[in-house]
Amino acid sequence: MQKRLIEEDLHRLRDKLLLMGGAAEKAIMLSMRALLERDSELAERVIREDDIVDQIELEIDQMCVDILVLKQPAASDLRFVVSAARVAPSVERIADHTVNIAKHALSLNNEPSIEFAFDLQKMAHVVQKMLIDGLDAFTAGDPEKAQATIQNDDEVDAYYDQCYAELIEMMTRDSSTVARGVQWLGVIKHLERMADYVTNICEQIVYMARGQVIKHSVW
Amino acid sequence: MQSGSLVSPNASTPSVPERKSAAAEIRGQDPAVIAKMSIANLSFYYGKTRALKDISLTIPNHQVTAFIGPSGCGKSTLLRTLNRMNDIIPNVRLEGRVELDGQDIYAPRTDVVSLRRRIGMVFQKSNPFPRSIFDNVAYGLKINNLTHSKAELESRVEASLRAAALWEEVKDRLKESAYGLSGGQQQRLCIARALAVAPEVILMDEPCSALDPIATQKIEELIVELKEQYAIVIVTHNMQQAARISDLTAFFWLGELVEFNQTEKIFTRPDQPMTEDYVTGRFG
Repeated sequence: MQKRLIEEDLHRLRDKLLLMGGAAEKAIMLSMRALLERDSELAERVIREDDIVDQIELEIDQMCVDILVLKQPAASDLRFVVSAARVAPSVERIADHTVNIAKHALSLNNEPSIEFAFDLQKMAHVVQKMLIDGLDAFTAGDPEKAQATIQNDDEVDAYYDQCYAELIEMMTRDSSTVARGVQWLGVIKHLERMADYVTNICEQIVYMARGQVIKHSVW
Repeated sequence: MQSGSLVSPNASTPSVPERKSAAAEIRGQDPAVIAKMSIANLSFYYGKTRALKDISLTIPNHQVTAFIGPSGCGKSTLLRTLNRMNDIIPNVRLEGRVELDGQDIYAPRTDVVSLRRRIGMVFQKSNPFPRSIFDNVAYGLKINNLTHSKAELESRVEASLRAAALWEEVKDRLKESAYGLSGGQQQRLCIARALAVAPEVILMDEPCSALDPIATQKIEELIVELKEQYAIVIVTHNMQQAARISDLTAFFWLGELVEFNQTEKIFTRPDQPMTEDYVTGRFG
């Protein structure tokens, strides 16, 4: 069959979005390392490299507009382009949260460390895995995988509640930890928000694959 | 608009109440939509070639219904069965039923002239008569004796030209030849001519295919305005046009109706894989 004119544009858009997703995924890992290994240079790098993600978002936005106006896609092609236009800002927001974590790291790295039992690495790992699975689902156009990924948001929320309680308890017990505790509260909130953005991405994948809108609904 | 009779004035015509549209069964369709025409198990043959295969669908009133599909899929043939334009083609045969307001338009006593007055048609290429702008619009009114005075005739002509969004452009040159109009104006004149005899359904066979983008836009805006008063059926090769102006879209393939659905659904999440392949340009 003759190759459709739109095919190349859709491939380029998909590749660009995966590139962006990969950058955000890496930023999650690096920002957590910067925090847990108290590596301020790494934190600076995360902040610096966010410009790359921002730039890719602008490119994706323009690509989507170009495809819509020049190729006038319909049906699954249209849903793909619309989804890409909606997914890219979510990925960009995830990257912004890693920047915020990196900024917390820069601040916390200058303070004495505090010990708490909660395994933050595990929470970050679940968030990172959610993003990887979400991007895989996007590449494969796999709504089942997207829906399975959404389920993991509950796990992140549970981690958040657990860590939140522990930090509050710590600050109540020892007022000298309040300034740092508030920073850590910010870190877990950023992780929790990232998982929400992955959820948005996965909801969009379901729309892309099936034309079914599942956001704001119980399914 | 008052529904007319399809049979000669002498025959008794039972009044048929307007029925709820089968199109209302389409998911999301407003149940208040009223059926204007119904096509049931329609097959059409050119000699031994079956050009339409067991088509059933309903044309709702006050909506634009678009027929799309690749060349040779039968969409124009189906359009022409709706006002019996195919009657003039030799060696054709039709099975099934086509109804206007519940009355079989292929019933033996049907007055075809009356039928075509109630179901007007606009063709791909504008075809004004070699007469003045005024006479083009007045023609149908005169031969059908639909007006009783010169003033009434002038009033109906003006109303038709206004309805076709052409009045302001031609009001000062009504006596000039219709051939002096641009292509887009000629097509709107043909629409005015169709509107003059107060039809209930307007069939349009690729009405913009010979027009430039500006003229096309004017016709499209006109079609959307006209649906307030008429049932409109349009055959188009331009899928973006179908998406822009129609409420319902029927997709045909090799004489079969593949999918009939709300236009928005056809172009964003069609039910049938074949429709998906067609609207995304994978075939056709």
